[in-house]
Amino acid sequence: MTRVTVGYSTCGIAAGAEETYKALEARLATLAEPAELLRTGCVGMCYQEPLVEIGTDDGVRYLYGHVSPDKVARLVDEHVTGKTPVADWLVWTSSGQGTDAAYLARQHRIVLRNCGNIDPEAIDEYIATGGYQALRKVLDAKDPEAVINLVVDSGLRGRGGAGFLTGMKWRFTRMAPGAEKFIICNADEGDPGAFMDRSVLESDPHAVLEGMIIAGFAIGADHGYIYVRAEYPKAIERLTIAIGQAAERGFLGDRILGSPHSFHVKLKEGAGAFVCGEETALMMSIEGKRGMPRVRPPFPATKGLWEKPTSINNVETFANVPWIVLNGAKAFNTLGTANSKGTKVFAMAGKVRHGGLVEVPMGITIREIVYGICGGIRDDRQFKAVQMGGPSGGCIPAELQDTVIDYESINKTGAIMGSGGLVVMDDTTCMVDVARFFLEFTQRESCGKCTFCRIGTKRMLEVLTRITEGEGRDGDIELLEELAARTKNSSLCGLGQTAPNPVLTTLKYFRSEYEAHITNRKCPAHNCQKLLTYTITDDCSGCMLCLKACPAGAITGERKKRHVIDQSKCTVCGECYKVCNLGAIAKD
Amino acid sequence: MHEHRAYNFKNMHFVGEEGQLIPLLQQAQAEDGYLRRERLQEIHQVSGIPLAHIYGVATFYAQFRLKPVGKYLLRVCHGTACHVSGAVELSQAVEKHLGIPNGETTPDRMFSIETVSCLGCCSLAPVLMINNATFGNLSPSAAVKVVKKYQKGERS
Repeated sequence: MTRVTVGYSTCGIAAGAEETYKALEARLATLAEPAELLRTGCVGMCYQEPLVEIGTDDGVRYLYGHVSPDKVARLVDEHVTGKTPVADWLVWTSSGQGTDAAYLARQHRIVLRNCGNIDPEAIDEYIATGGYQALRKVLDAKDPEAVINLVVDSGLRGRGGAGFLTGMKWRFTRMAPGAEKFIICNADEGDPGAFMDRSVLESDPHAVLEGMIIAGFAIGADHGYIYVRAEYPKAIERLTIAIGQAAERGFLGDRILGSPHSFHVKLKEGAGAFVCGEETALMMSIEGKRGMPRVRPPFPATKGLWEKPTSINNVETFANVPWIVLNGAKAFNTLGTANSKGTKVFAMAGKVRHGGLVEVPMGITIREIVYGICGGIRDDRQFKAVQMGGPSGGCIPAELQDTVIDYESINKTGAIMGSGGLVVMDDTTCMVDVARFFLEFTQRESCGKCTFCRIGTKRMLEVLTRITEGEGRDGDIELLEELAARTKNSSLCGLGQTAPNPVLTTLKYFRSEYEAHITNRKCPAHNCQKLLTYTITDDCSGCMLCLKACPAGAITGERKKRHVIDQSKCTVCGECYKVCNLGAIAKD
Repeated sequence: MHEHRAYNFKNMHFVGEEGQLIPLLQQAQAEDGYLRRERLQEIHQVSGIPLAHIYGVATFYAQFRLKPVGKYLLRVCHGTACHVSGAVELSQAVEKHLGIPNGETTPDRMFSIETVSCLGCCSLAPVLMINNATFGNLSPSAAVKVVKKYQKGERS
């Protein structure tokens, strides 16, 4: 039977997947030969949403991009009924055709293995792809130590950012004294620019659950928590369904699949605090307190949730586990570099042509991801930098685009691997403004416990704000460096320790941009509004649009004659630039 | 007049459970749209958690509001991808159109504006969310157009 699927996760729905689904439903209902219509998760080609995949009897899968409801009739008539694919709209086929075949061809999908292929709300679809076999395998073997050894051997490191060896974390938690232990899945994906965890939870929630249950067995924990951001309603909805289904089939609950091992999972919704992505703050939040980090040691492995040994792992980490159990440590650790094994999922966003999720083996270069997979920079502009690791990370300049992606190489640049958000910037992005943006974020999200994180970030933000507003002073750069060093050294948790990274990396690679702002009162990227000067060029036709739009009355001129801006009256609001149809307003 | 209905939080399954406070507050906010003073007192009475502690938690998390919001809550995403794609201009346009600054509600209680850190739809940047509907790839004028659609729907 023909199988038609619609990518139905948050980004797809925002792009109009619901209307497309309804149109497909109506059209397919008119056919004599019934076709199966399903909602799947996200295949990762966010830039092509809404996505529709058609699989016919020939065994090939055809993926169509930008399928708006008006395209549905032709698609169904030609491909489903007529058995002829609509070549114009094809973006990918499983036989290697399509305009964007390169996007998927160069990826290596372990974590995203089922994303976009199965209906995340149907447990049978997951089971049909080999789901829960890994769990059966470890339960049948009855050897928790062996599971830990396997994960250690695989070289899997925590995908939440810090990159600690997952198997070691499990071993410490297993060895810690105490009868009651906990597993926590950290799904509080707070880094702006990162959305891979949301996508995995929405597209393949059972893979994460299975990873957690295996971890519970390995550690000797009967209870697990999933802490999800409240901003991810779709992920919460699908996880709730998945937990119910898994319990119904006996994968969760008392005496799983007849074994002596029990495991229960509870979902906890976050309440909008970035700092709760930090493990000790996250545990405070589960306990119903203000999410403020505490000193480590003791580490959660010995004293975690309610003072009991706890292992906290990230969504992506758990999603790797069933695959490793089924395919072996060697299949995983032959991928990647000496110290970073396996694959990593990156969320590509910003000025890149093809934004979305990509999963690549560790050791690939930034250039290969940006140009090879994602099609380069939008509008063919100049590639300036990538921001990696969110507010804790840094900006890596285009000159270093041949840096290979593994934990150590990225750390050397001053950025961090982080959760895997990769925001691409072009020549219109001002690096001082980017640093200011992140400081605004960390300053707002600081829990206030440590003085330098609370006040140091605020002072740095003030300095950066005045630089972008043309009020920068001599010595501001040195002041930023001093504050950055102190904030780094005297904060308890990762938030404060890494908050200065965006400032330090932009200072390291784009110092001249700071100097241009301070000394010349100019923004080289033409981004900082207050540092711009607007002038009218010879292209002006004298249409009077800008004259009428100017709220300061700074523009004078007659119809069909070139207008002039009185710089003494101009408030640099940019209204004239926005309204001009001829591009006759220049900004410098 | 808005009648204060008495919810029986004792029947909520999470009273008495570990970490009950945050789910209780989330429930209260889901019912009322914000955290009413009476509700906080009620939670204090059924759970025995000191009121000061409840207030401390309610003010720590960005999700909780102590003031009512409009019928439509506009959340303008200010994540990294949205920031470099023009979220600031988008915010300005929406604020100008509704005549209220970020964090405020229109006098008719129809619209509130909030900026949020990241909605996780980065490839659709810049993004605006109105209640539970997400709109992506917006220019400032397209954002205003979306808001106007809601205003028109209200009038007719």
